Amino acid sequence: MALLDIKELHATIDEDDGAKAILKGIDLTIRPGEVHAVMGPNGAGKSTLSNVIAGRPGYTVTQGSVTYDGADLLEMEADERARAGLFLAFQYPVEIPGVATATFLKTAINARRKAAGEPEIEALDFLKLMKSTSKRLGVPEDMLKRPVNVGFSGGEKKRVEVLQMAMLEPRLCVLDETDSGLDIDALKVVADGVNALRAPDRGMLVITHYQRLLDYIVPDVVHVLADGRIVKTGDKTLAQELEAKGYAEFTGAAA
Amino acid sequence: MAATQDTVDRIAEVSGAYKYGFVTDIESDKAPKGLNEDIIRFISAKKAEPEWMLAWRLKAYRHWLTMTEPSWQKVVYPPIDYQDAYYYAAPKSDDDRPKSLDEVDPELLRTYEKLGIPLKEQEMLAGVAVDAVFDSVSVATTYKKKLEQMGVIFCPISEAAQRFPELVQKYLGSVVPYSDNFFATLNSAVFTDGSFVYVPKGLRCPMELSTYFRINEQNTGQFERTLIIADEGSYVSYLEGCTAPQRDDNQLHAAVVELVAMDDAEIKYSTVQNWYPGDETGKGGIYNFVTKRGACRGRNSKIMWTQVETGSAVTWKYPSCILQGDNSSGEFYSVAITNNAQQADTGTKMIHIGKNTRSRIISKGISAGRADQTYRGLVKVMPKATGARNFTQCDSLLIGDRCGAHTVPYIENRCPSAQVEHEATTSRISEDQLFYCLQRGIPEEDAVALIVNGFCKEVLQTLPMEFAVEAQKLVGISLEGSVG
Ligand SMILES: Nc1ncnc2c1ncn2[C@@H]1O[C@H](COP(=O)(O)OP(=O)(O)OP(=O)(O)O)[C@@H](O)[C@H]1O
Ligand SMILES: [Mg+2]
Repeated sequence: MALLDIKELHATIDEDDGAKAILKGIDLTIRPGEVHAVMGPNGAGKSTLSNVIAGRPGYTVTQGSVTYDGADLLEMEADERARAGLFLAFQYPVEIPGVATATFLKTAINARRKAAGEPEIEALDFLKLMKSTSKRLGVPEDMLKRPVNVGFSGGEKKRVEVLQMAMLEPRLCVLDETDSGLDIDALKVVADGVNALRAPDRGMLVITHYQRLLDYIVPDVVHVLADGRIVKTGDKTLAQELEAKGYAEFTGAAA
Repeated sequence: MAATQDTVDRIAEVSGAYKYGFVTDIESDKAPKGLNEDIIRFISAKKAEPEWMLAWRLKAYRHWLTMTEPSWQKVVYPPIDYQDAYYYAAPKSDDDRPKSLDEVDPELLRTYEKLGIPLKEQEMLAGVAVDAVFDSVSVATTYKKKLEQMGVIFCPISEAAQRFPELVQKYLGSVVPYSDNFFATLNSAVFTDGSFVYVPKGLRCPMELSTYFRINEQNTGQFERTLIIADEGSYVSYLEGCTAPQRDDNQLHAAVVELVAMDDAEIKYSTVQNWYPGDETGKGGIYNFVTKRGACRGRNSKIMWTQVETGSAVTWKYPSCILQGDNSSGEFYSVAITNNAQQADTGTKMIHIGKNTRSRIISKGISAGRADQTYRGLVKVMPKATGARNFTQCDSLLIGDRCGAHTVPYIENRCPSAQVEHEATTSRISEDQLFYCLQRGIPEEDAVALIVNGFCKEVLQTLPMEFAVEAQKLVGISLEGSVG
């Protein structure tokens, strides 16, 4: 069974003066174990797609369906989706002043456990998990005592997104431009972190503008998203092609 | 109260196992409704007070008759008929109390559960008949004995008036004079009980003093009077209130708290108050009109107020510091949460009189539902307070779009070398923050609690550990149903 099955998905953004169509018929199927990359020009609807999958308010699905692990994803609340194993690494991670990153993570882990009828994580186990994960992703432990994303540099925010992802062990990872803002060394560390999460029962949707990330996280499938539609699908060589030729071909077609 | 469970446990460890006991029935008459000199004489006689104290009460009462109820504060409530209230009532007899938790409002019990309050304490809080309830007397007695050995006096103020009349007479009304304001004057006339604390010279009191350990304190809630004196070089931390919602038959609460810090002394006064706010429309909620003031009388003395206010239908409260001694400092840390129809007008006053006096004000106001909240603060620097400094940070957080927050800072600086700084912000919980939490699997109500706790962190971390943990939970519970 597919992990994520998107069919004919149309979605609009709610605006003061009506709705604006952004997604105009997306079909995308991710099976367990697969890594799909989505590339495409600015404003094509990549973040919108990830937001709609994650259940962010402000969007309306006007047509189509999204099935996650056999369930109707669009019927679930955003927090339910997350607890069901869906993780979104944000393009722009949000600051939460006064809430230590470690506290935030512990709250997230315990929310899952509670929903699953399990007891809260032992303080010691949590500490161990946090230590090993932060070491692996090159995040100084002190940083996790700081409030969520407050004063983090662009690159630090992205690293911590992946750290959160690693600690929450999702089944479907959606990474929205996790590579932007990372320096070359960080890119490698983060990619290693993501690769470590590749598993037979886990799927990934990696949104990026750069072929370079896909040298590290080698995708099974590459899609080109332009003007709200997937206009081309191929293997990893498609990414190299795009790097060389740009999107002119697709934006022209879409216009 | 549950906040001090740790302390109870710790002391129980020291003193061996809990003993169970029965409180004697202190059945006594109730004064008739209304307020007049006879009622005041009756109260004074009941407490076997010295002559001067009755005279002081009567002076206050006569002055009160000449006063009018204040109306400048930004709260609205129906007129109070002061003649239609009881000013002295004996503790409730067991016949009038619920026999078990089965007879208690399930809504209240649900909240207790969420706060993690042990069953026995739930019974106590809900006012279940005493003989059915765990008795804290033996623990409290041990605790008091330890304090006495160190020379700390901690007892009901009525007891202090008999045992230490010269101390009480010297300091009572020395910070909040009987003529201070309408509610404080009323309190001076009719107060029924409260705490008295005296910490001798040079002693750092190692235990937190908590209202929890005051024996026979039932029914003092309405007009409570507290007096704390920290003698030279001493330190004391005092905890008032509890996180569990408390109900009271008396709608009007007008307490007075006076603190006196001598040279090099420090008083830390923490309050977590969660009086019944009434139903969603505010009906049945408590009016909490409190006068709290500390005098930093000595050089290098320090007074720190921390308050977490989540309860009451109407709150009117300005814990203040009079910085008389040179180099003395006053601090005020406040979290006030208003939800549904609650109203609060709260803040502080810092009066700089001595040289190089410092004050720091950190106020965090959270409004949700249709609630309305005002921060009202005064920083006054007298001409001789050279080198005085104040810093005020006043942050409001709004949840939803039907609530209000107002900031009214008064600054009166009459000393050119003084520095007064004021910063204020108003913000909302952003959709982005909420969604970020939801996307991590955190349910909406928990997300709000988390974000609001983050907002209040600077204040909550000034609370003693055991109180802080409970206060965090309380923040979440007070905001339940405020989103979505
Ligand atoms: N809140 C909003 N209100 C109005 N329009 C919006 C809003 N959010 C996004 N859009 C518009 O929707 C379109 C798709 O945006 P989206 O963020 O999904 O693009 P993207 O493919 O992720 O682009 P990028 O590569 O720059 O991140 C853009 O035209 C954008 O301006
Ligand atoms: Mg984007």
